[in-house]
Amino acid sequence: MSAYEAVIGLECHVQLATASKMFCGCPTDYAGAAPNTHVCPICFGMPGVLPVMNRTAIEYTLLTGLALNADIPEATKFDRKNYPYPDLVKGYQISQYDMPLVKGGSLEITVGDGPPRTIGLERVHLEEDTGKLTHVAGGSLVDFNRSGVPLMEMVSQPDLRTPAEARAYLQKLRAILRTLGVSGADMEKGQLRCDVNVSLRPVGETKLGTKVEVKNLNSFRAVFHSLEFEIARQTELLDKGERIQQETRGWIEDRGVTVTQRTKEEAHDYRYFPEPDLPPLFVERAWLAELRACLPELPDARAARYMRSFGLGAYDAEALCIDLVEADLFEATVAAGADAKKAANWIQNDVHRLRAESPDDGHVDARHLAELIGLLDSGKIGTSAARQVLPEIFRTGKSPSALVEELGLAQVSDTSELASAVRSALDANPTAVADYRAGKATAINFLKGQVMKATRGKANPQVVEDLLRHHLAS
Amino acid sequence: MSNQELTRLSITALRDLLHRREASALEIARAHLERIEALDDTTVRSLLTVTRAHAEQQAQKADERIKAGEDSPLLGVPMILKDVMITNGIRTTAGSKILEHFTPIEDGTITRRLAEAGTVLLGKANMDEFAMGSSTENSAYWPTRNPWDLDRVPGGSSGGSAAAVGAEFAPFSLGTDTGGSIRQPAALCGVVGLKPTYGRVSRYGLIAFASSLDQIGPFTRTVEDTAIVLSAIAGHDKCDSTSLNASVPNYADELHKEPSLKGMRLALPREYFGVEGMEPAVDASIKQAIGELERLGATFEEVSLPHTQYGLATYYLIAPAECSANLARYDGVKYSSSVREPGANLWDVYEKTRGQCFGREVKRRIILGTYALSSGYYDAYYLKAQKVRTLIKRDFDQVFERFDAVVTPTSPNAAFELGAKTQDPLAMYLNDLFTIPTSLAGLPGISVPAGLANGLPVGLQIIGRALDESTVLRVAHAYEQATEWHNQRSRVAQL
Repeated sequence: MSAYEAVIGLECHVQLATASKMFCGCPTDYAGAAPNTHVCPICFGMPGVLPVMNRTAIEYTLLTGLALNADIPEATKFDRKNYPYPDLVKGYQISQYDMPLVKGGSLEITVGDGPPRTIGLERVHLEEDTGKLTHVAGGSLVDFNRSGVPLMEMVSQPDLRTPAEARAYLQKLRAILRTLGVSGADMEKGQLRCDVNVSLRPVGETKLGTKVEVKNLNSFRAVFHSLEFEIARQTELLDKGERIQQETRGWIEDRGVTVTQRTKEEAHDYRYFPEPDLPPLFVERAWLAELRACLPELPDARAARYMRSFGLGAYDAEALCIDLVEADLFEATVAAGADAKKAANWIQNDVHRLRAESPDDGHVDARHLAELIGLLDSGKIGTSAARQVLPEIFRTGKSPSALVEELGLAQVSDTSELASAVRSALDANPTAVADYRAGKATAINFLKGQVMKATRGKANPQVVEDLLRHHLAS
Repeated sequence: MSNQELTRLSITALRDLLHRREASALEIARAHLERIEALDDTTVRSLLTVTRAHAEQQAQKADERIKAGEDSPLLGVPMILKDVMITNGIRTTAGSKILEHFTPIEDGTITRRLAEAGTVLLGKANMDEFAMGSSTENSAYWPTRNPWDLDRVPGGSSGGSAAAVGAEFAPFSLGTDTGGSIRQPAALCGVVGLKPTYGRVSRYGLIAFASSLDQIGPFTRTVEDTAIVLSAIAGHDKCDSTSLNASVPNYADELHKEPSLKGMRLALPREYFGVEGMEPAVDASIKQAIGELERLGATFEEVSLPHTQYGLATYYLIAPAECSANLARYDGVKYSSSVREPGANLWDVYEKTRGQCFGREVKRRIILGTYALSSGYYDAYYLKAQKVRTLIKRDFDQVFERFDAVVTPTSPNAAFELGAKTQDPLAMYLNDLFTIPTSLAGLPGISVPAGLANGLPVGLQIIGRALDESTVLRVAHAYEQATEWHNQRSRVAQL
């Protein structure tokens, strides 16, 4: 029934990887620390304290703006955003209202084999993170270790149309942030947090529908699935002729649903006004030029280089560059002598899967990967043996040749060694033999599979096939 | 030297005494402490906390430094801080119930600078709650009284600091001025009070009322003493991003360079004279003072500061707006007092705590400010007020193109009786009519004793260019030295 188009915008909060907090000297490495150990009178909001801007946090935000080809106004300022909550020490958050550090900008996404699409950003501004509440029996506990950590808010234009595009946008954003080194951008660690805005409208309509905001999305999966759920929910309501309520909904991970958190009537009036404790900030053009000169090669440029220098297709190049670790591994593997296309294939498939499966984002040394590809190329091992060796490299960190030796996986091409396995396969499968001889050419594949199985994948498949043909022909 | 004699002395005189080893810092501190303990409770009630042990320790340290040959202007000099300045390990209430049990874990920048200069902290002075008021009757603890007449108010909000210096409990104290809270009580208590240029003195450690206006400044009994204290507290602080990075002159030395006022061009803004509510006796004292300044060589011309009439309205939008945010942190969750009844949820705690622990004036201003910042009203109130603030500043800029300083009365009236204005906030606000425009413009202003109106002190205000405290002090000093008003002592001082 769905003749609707989804209009999606993302609001991301990015913790900056600065050594100290936004307005005081407290360290930001609070992960795993006991509650309220990374605090001082300033990030605790004690009476009489004053904020001082963290220059690095401002530079990181400007770098991000430059990477997104955004407009960086000369004049900017901080504002107070007022709302009471126990995790907000001062009763207001120092944020930016009408003069953000970064305006506009865009990034490019591709989904699958589709054409690239440009997604606009509305703004990027800098603010301070809040503390963290933990609800326990009989009350709530507040930990202010996170209070005052620099937080960059990045608001996209409502340019996204599908959950897959939203995911692609987040992946690209993460790749850019990691390339710049301004954030770990790890969603699971709360370094990248995301709210989505989604509305539906009939296909062809240009006016926007009523939007719903979904909060509490802590993973790429959650963003994707909550959008799928919300689009289905809104489609069903519209199909029934009902109206969508403008509201904020929360994603309930374990149930896979969104539920109402706050309706429009309960919306806050944040009473923004210029922060009187901080003078306006002027971003000198010379400063900006210095920062521009520090910009590293960004993911899009890197992908273009892979296409140009390594002859990769657009899809492969893009897929590699979206993940910094894999892109780095790719280049190092090629540098270690491997064929580029083969390296790209191995990384995107087997290495990617192994990294996803290993809890600690496991690691393979580029030289080992190059060596593995070399062993395969030279016929020393077969594909299936290589697939057995790779997880062992991940697990043990040993070199491929050592592992091939240890596991006895060297490819057997010697006809005399293989002859008995071939003979056994023929003897054990008279039906297949008869089929082949009756003209069913594919029956040979079954027999080949039997030989491979018997040799635990070590047999050279080409040699096995030649032997089989020889026997079957006689 | 007797205690009575020691407590009469100015900073300059105490320093001479200490330098000649005729009295120790400890003796001087004890003389003041004994006077406070003997008199404060039964007279002005200027102090919320007396820090005897701390004072004796600091005095002993000062004596060691003096013994080691150190000679600096404030070494061993006792003083009092307004209880809005945080002090490490010493309760700091801001005159509010909500901070009744708050003990800071660090010193503010100025507290620290003064400690390093060797001053001796005697106690923390009473004030209007969160510096909101003009009579010190808004203190959550008790009203402070005027040392000249105990039935009258000392002014405010730094009434405790002003009364303490007027009562000779300390040669100097610090107060804070947001719309007149140093200059007005200085006038009403017959002492010298200076509000420096906004940004001249660090606000780090000053519990905020209105951040874009708050400024720390001294109360003393002589202009020279004010100059000495200002040199010690002024200067850039990297912990306060609004503090100005400008060099600090030795203000006291500058005073002696040029004692004459020959060639000094002074402006008399007509909006500050002949206004409704101006007491005739105050008016007469100020006219006399102007005559004295002319005799000293200054020239006068009447000018107009046309936006003066909007000062009060502008101030009562900007200051409450800022305070509505600044006071949001007192929510009963952290260091503040907390009202937690069984079964109460978070919002109950917020509402009960703030409802019971803030006074009427504080609540009034929080509500005013919240309203002025609300969506739909921001442009009409807060934004408009900021624009008028710019116009007021421009008024002064234009006058300062042709004049060295502006001279006005500090307050339209002398000290009034306790309770006279507590039921009429607007009448109370009018006390700051002449001090508010200077604050909005961020300019330095001083109040010096300029006569008595029916036996009560009158203050003369001298306003200068931004960062030109030197001229303000020079005019005030010349006037003071030519008159006897600073030698008049309050009734409590004579006890």
